[in-house]
Amino acid sequence: MKIQDASNSIINEFDNFEDWMDKYNYLIELGKSLPMIEEKYKVESNLIPGCQSRVWLHADFNGELIHFTADSDAVITKGIANLLIRVYSDHTPQEILDASTEFIKEIGLTEHLSPTRSNGLMSMIKQIKMYALAYKTKLAIDK
Amino acid sequence: MQLLDPMVIRKDFPILSTMVNNHPLVYLDNAATTQKPQVVLDALIDYYTHYNANVHRGVHNLSQQATIAFEDVREKIRQFINARYSHEIIYTRGTTESINLVASTWGRKNIQAGDEILISEIEHHSNIVPWQMLCEEKQAHLKVIPIHENGTLNIEAFYQMLNSKVKLLAITHVSNTLGTITPLKELIEAAHANNTVVLVDGAQALSHIKVDVQDLDCDFYAFSAHKVYGPMGIGGLYGKEKILEAMPPYQGGGEMIQSVSFEKTTYNELPFKFEAGTPNAGGAIGFGAALDYVKKLGIENIAAYEHQLCTYATERLMENSNIRIVGTAPDKASVISFLIDRIHPFDAGTILDQMGIAVRTGNHCTQPLMEKYGVPGTIRASLAFYNTEAEIDALINGIAKVEQLFL
Repeated sequence: MKIQDASNSIINEFDNFEDWMDKYNYLIELGKSLPMIEEKYKVESNLIPGCQSRVWLHADFNGELIHFTADSDAVITKGIANLLIRVYSDHTPQEILDASTEFIKEIGLTEHLSPTRSNGLMSMIKQIKMYALAYKTKLAIDK
Repeated sequence: MQLLDPMVIRKDFPILSTMVNNHPLVYLDNAATTQKPQVVLDALIDYYTHYNANVHRGVHNLSQQATIAFEDVREKIRQFINARYSHEIIYTRGTTESINLVASTWGRKNIQAGDEILISEIEHHSNIVPWQMLCEEKQAHLKVIPIHENGTLNIEAFYQMLNSKVKLLAITHVSNTLGTITPLKELIEAAHANNTVVLVDGAQALSHIKVDVQDLDCDFYAFSAHKVYGPMGIGGLYGKEKILEAMPPYQGGGEMIQSVSFEKTTYNELPFKFEAGTPNAGGAIGFGAALDYVKKLGIENIAAYEHQLCTYATERLMENSNIRIVGTAPDKASVISFLIDRIHPFDAGTILDQMGIAVRTGNHCTQPLMEKYGVPGTIRASLAFYNTEAEIDALINGIAKVEQLFL
């Protein structure tokens, strides 16, 4: 699935929610179902700064696509990480760099989550984009 | 003693009738900052509408009005904390700046290599980092008084740590995370017998308990207006006259000088020596209105009401066996830190916010303390005299909702 399609399908899912409880219930479900990061990747260097809860993000690059896994000690944060992985994982570095972050606004996460949390969310996206940039550069050098 | 009626008091605070996420605001984050009564808002508007001018600088009417009001507040602060002289009150931006002022001036002058500075395990980062920076610069040592499991200071350890190398004891009056009230008089008496100077971080104390710096006999007392129903960006440092006189100035600039030539500058007298630049005069005037307001309610009445409300909140929280209260000192101000079993504080705080309930979650700028308890952070409800039992009930219902969502 293309990044844009994945974003659109998330926007559609969130459109169905009538109130904040439904939305958070869903985020919590997503959090509980997030495939766990391998224990060996839950290390200091994979921790994302700027979050009130601890968030680990790990990237695997197979030479073409980047695969992301994540974990957090807070469930809502895990739910958000799950959404981001659905959108950004298993794409090329260039696709990830080109992708818009508009869907976050569309599903009302920036408006409903506190600024510290939003910053954590933004830090996660920033980190995903950083990985994409790093692997893109690596590809260019290897060529 | 007079019983306060929070329903009457609440009418003085316009923000308390705000709706948040379609719910009436339940503001339980008073240790972070307190809300402002209408009289404080009026004082700010009155100042900026009618007599805004730079203080201590003009001969014109407005400047004189502003200067008189600004200096009147200094006297109000003196009375409020019972300092001997009003020139022992230095205006600062708040507690953090007050502590940094002492570290940069008294500290740089008096702390030598090998000296020790004593702090405690319940200190806010503001009363840790400035001393760490000073110790690093001077090759001095920072020593930490441990606490007992319930959040009270380990007094035996304190006595053991007090030796001839300890030049300063920097300690909080009330813990912002646990609410513990430290036994200052005993600590200060012992410190002075050891020739140790004492700085008190009073940020959390002024709004909750009677503060009398002469009775305490502390050498420095740091505080912020915004924690006592006044504006942000203004606060103060009390220092004993003799010590302040002997201290070098803090920042250089206007107001703090007596005469300036390119060869030499002589410094102004107390308190102006430490007040370089244009001060936050409007903020100070708002602070004065806040102190008048607190005085009118009576700090003893406030303490009695808050104690009663804190007891109610503690009992209600303890009805839930999933809740663990962190910090159960017998002598504490109206601050309750707690954890809900198997739920991250951040998740709880996010959901409570959806219901209009403002609590603080996280480490509360006391990371070492969180590490001591081995928790990632806590949920903190900090109460003021305008909070009600109904609001505590709203918190309890909110927690039930949180548990329903996560467990």
